[in-house]
Amino acid sequence: MDNALVASHAHTHEEEHEHVALPQHCHHFETEQQQREAGTFGMWLFLLTEIMFFGGLFFAYLLYRNWYHDAFVAASNQLSIKLGAINTAVLIGSGYFMALGVWAAEVRKKGLLVLFLVITTVLGFVFLGIKYVEYHEKWEKHHIPGEHFDVSEFVNPQAYGLKETPLAPDMAQKTQVFFSLYFAMTGMHALHMIIGIGLLFWLIWRANRGEFSSGYVAPIENFGLYWHFVDIVWIFLFPLLYLINRHPGS
Amino acid sequence: MSEYHDAANVTNPEHAEHHIVTPMTYTIIFATLLTLTAVTVGAAFVDLGIMNPVIALAIASVKGVVVILFFMHVMYQSKLIKMTVGAGFFTFLVLLTMTLSDYISRAWGLW
Amino acid sequence: MSGTTSTIVNLPDQRTATMPKRDYLNNEHGLLSWLFTGDHKRIAILYLISITFFFFLGGIFAGLIRLELLTPQPDLVASDTYNKLFSLHGIIMIFLFLVPSVPATLGNFLIPIMIGAKDLAFPKINLLSWYLFMTGGVLTLTALVTGGVDTGWTFTTPLSTHYLNTNVVTAATGIFIAGFASIFTGLNFIVTIHRMRAPGMTWFRMPLFVWANYAASILMVLGTPVLAISLVLVALERTLGLGVFDPTKGGDPLLFQHLFWFYSHPAVYIMILPGMGVISEVISTFSRKRIFGYTAVAFSSVAIALFGFFVWEHHMFIMGVSNYSALVFSLLTMLVAVPSAIKIFNWAFTLQKGSITFETPMLYAFAFIGLFTIGGMTGVFLGALGMDIHLTETYFIVAHFHYVMVGGMLMAFLGGIHFWWPKMFGRMYPESLSKLSAVTSFIGFNLTFMPQFVLGYLGMPRRYHAYPPEFQVLNVLSTAGATVLGVGFLLPVLYLGWSLKYGAIAGNNPWQATGLEWQIQSPPLTENFTEIPIVTQDAYDYEWLANKTEHEVTTVG
Ligand SMILES: [Cu+2]
Repeated sequence: MDNALVASHAHTHEEEHEHVALPQHCHHFETEQQQREAGTFGMWLFLLTEIMFFGGLFFAYLLYRNWYHDAFVAASNQLSIKLGAINTAVLIGSGYFMALGVWAAEVRKKGLLVLFLVITTVLGFVFLGIKYVEYHEKWEKHHIPGEHFDVSEFVNPQAYGLKETPLAPDMAQKTQVFFSLYFAMTGMHALHMIIGIGLLFWLIWRANRGEFSSGYVAPIENFGLYWHFVDIVWIFLFPLLYLINRHPGS
Repeated sequence: MSEYHDAANVTNPEHAEHHIVTPMTYTIIFATLLTLTAVTVGAAFVDLGIMNPVIALAIASVKGVVVILFFMHVMYQSKLIKMTVGAGFFTFLVLLTMTLSDYISRAWGLW
Repeated sequence: MSGTTSTIVNLPDQRTATMPKRDYLNNEHGLLSWLFTGDHKRIAILYLISITFFFFLGGIFAGLIRLELLTPQPDLVASDTYNKLFSLHGIIMIFLFLVPSVPATLGNFLIPIMIGAKDLAFPKINLLSWYLFMTGGVLTLTALVTGGVDTGWTFTTPLSTHYLNTNVVTAATGIFIAGFASIFTGLNFIVTIHRMRAPGMTWFRMPLFVWANYAASILMVLGTPVLAISLVLVALERTLGLGVFDPTKGGDPLLFQHLFWFYSHPAVYIMILPGMGVISEVISTFSRKRIFGYTAVAFSSVAIALFGFFVWEHHMFIMGVSNYSALVFSLLTMLVAVPSAIKIFNWAFTLQKGSITFETPMLYAFAFIGLFTIGGMTGVFLGALGMDIHLTETYFIVAHFHYVMVGGMLMAFLGGIHFWWPKMFGRMYPESLSKLSAVTSFIGFNLTFMPQFVLGYLGMPRRYHAYPPEFQVLNVLSTAGATVLGVGFLLPVLYLGWSLKYGAIAGNNPWQATGLEWQIQSPPLTENFTEIPIVTQDAYDYEWLANKTEHEVTTVG
């Protein structure tokens, strides 16, 4: 059916690769190129959904940062800039290896593809591990919003050996809004990472069977789009959450 | 394109030739992103007043755009994909500005 | 119905006519062949069955509400139960019926065929979308049987986050998941319409139904995630005590409203746009004319989708938003009435000098035009800042959106179901019975909701189950109307079910319509087309159809 169709319409355009033989070609697409472009387009539409999903959170951040600036500064300075920066580098590295993975699939190098995907996954785990350390510290300091939230460190920073300006008790309460957003945003981001890592395991297994080293790269490419999107979210989260005001006394 | 059938959509603005980005490009982008991360951390420790958040966001935006253009291949994609990406950010800006129109004018001068 | 005896229905000779030997319904057998199908037509049928179930479930709640309101005293149910009744009615009707109604059933079935494709771009994601929808539905049912939910369909904070002890999280999760079903449907449509059009099927040769669904899909993809994140934050606030909307922690409850209505205003267009698409097809077919101002109607769909993102604050005028921005949003709301009016006027001009016949789908289309116009005009009242302060949160607003959603959308849905029923199942519905049900629903509908405009204008607030005795007459009228309306909606289920087996065999093109879907067998083959069509004609080109029919006769003869 497909062969007949392709033959019945003149093609002025020669593909770089042979394209009718691959088993992944779905019958309802006329050509594999059409299928591939449809896949990319679909993935991008899904990422639009993701932009708007995180968009709601980013707007909430913008609003409360302006309303409760002092509380946001004090609470932000509780985050470890070192861990945040390391995690940014880790995630960028993970994205880099993902990009290399797409290249490896395109030039049909199975071994390299599997290697790059594994490194991507490992760096993803490193990111989540560091995130866990950070969350754990917040837990111990009672900086998780809710019943056990403790504002004493913001009301009386000197007692904790901090050089911050003390906040009035009502403004100190507003640090809860910062931490609510911190956990909502990084939590949603981490959830996307966990889903991504799950998908990576599946892709590694399939890549290892050689599914993506014979010209069929769409799943790797589209997963790459997702993984890079998650990177971009973090690229914005890092300065917004960690770097609000790092020069106390100004 | 009315009568002529173009299954692969090659004459169509929705189509772009497939382009393989080389590892060299990826490595340059990777280095750029790491450098910009260092710059943004460094800039945060300098007191620039109102410019601090502006610079932080500007650097983050540059990083985001670079990732979108190269890691995500939008540079080499069809107009359709480029417009799709643009539409996403446009809708986000609508959410941002239209909602702000309420919050800003609720307390003129306090923002 | 009256006066005219002419009809365009053209059925094959029933003595010799047979159903096609092979079609998408009998291609494979057994329940599993349905549950694991990738065929867009079968998924459409799955959706049709599920949303019909949810429609009648939501209808039962509506019936109970109307029964309670028969008397001024709170006698049938307790206050809490009443809150649950209208919450579940709203949640089920909006998220589990109206949002998927036309796109997931008729859209799923017809869009690939109308543009000459074998299937949607992503059949597996299409099936996934149905499973997500069902998961969302089952979670909502779980919330229902384990004690209900009483936030109203709007999940207003801090009511939903702090003051209620019902199944808010379960219901919110259900809607979150059903939301992704809608996102995937929209995504699939957009990619399909961009990527899968048959040779010669240019953008301006597509039927207006496809344009309307395209515009609605954009809203699904861009709007629904904002609802998703606001529901996630409500759930996190209830379970973990986050404080994004909690005023005691410094959050702003109005932020929830902004995010919620950023989706839920466009959601009105998600619901109504595909219905408008149905009306375009029906009006053209039964006036035997190309839709007047095709391009204007096509672009007005896209304009509605675009403007739809700029007006949401009109749902919040009395909630403490700034007066200045309320003014801006009020003016923008007037703007969004323009493209809707463009459609109404163009349909009217299509009817002018058309050879109009009054088959059942056309009756529903007339009902749509009349009722949607009333719904839309009262929407302009409500969008006007000064009027809104007086009318919002009264029965006026209830009547307004029921005129748009039931009078508009549901009439369009029923019209579409009747119009494409012969295509979907190969058999005709009984004509006189269906005309009766169309007229019954139209009368019942007006009897139900016209009194509510008056009630609201007199000041009866919504969401209370007791009211001052002077409102009783109008409430009794409304309940009586609801009973008639219920009959009008129940009838089609009975006779459509009957027609599956005993209806007259429809043949390929009983309406002599021009769409590609009418040029193939009914019910269609699994792969839709035996060969990919090459399109040389515009949509609604009746001359082309006449030529083609003539040509066919000569070749056969
Ligand atoms: Cu609205």
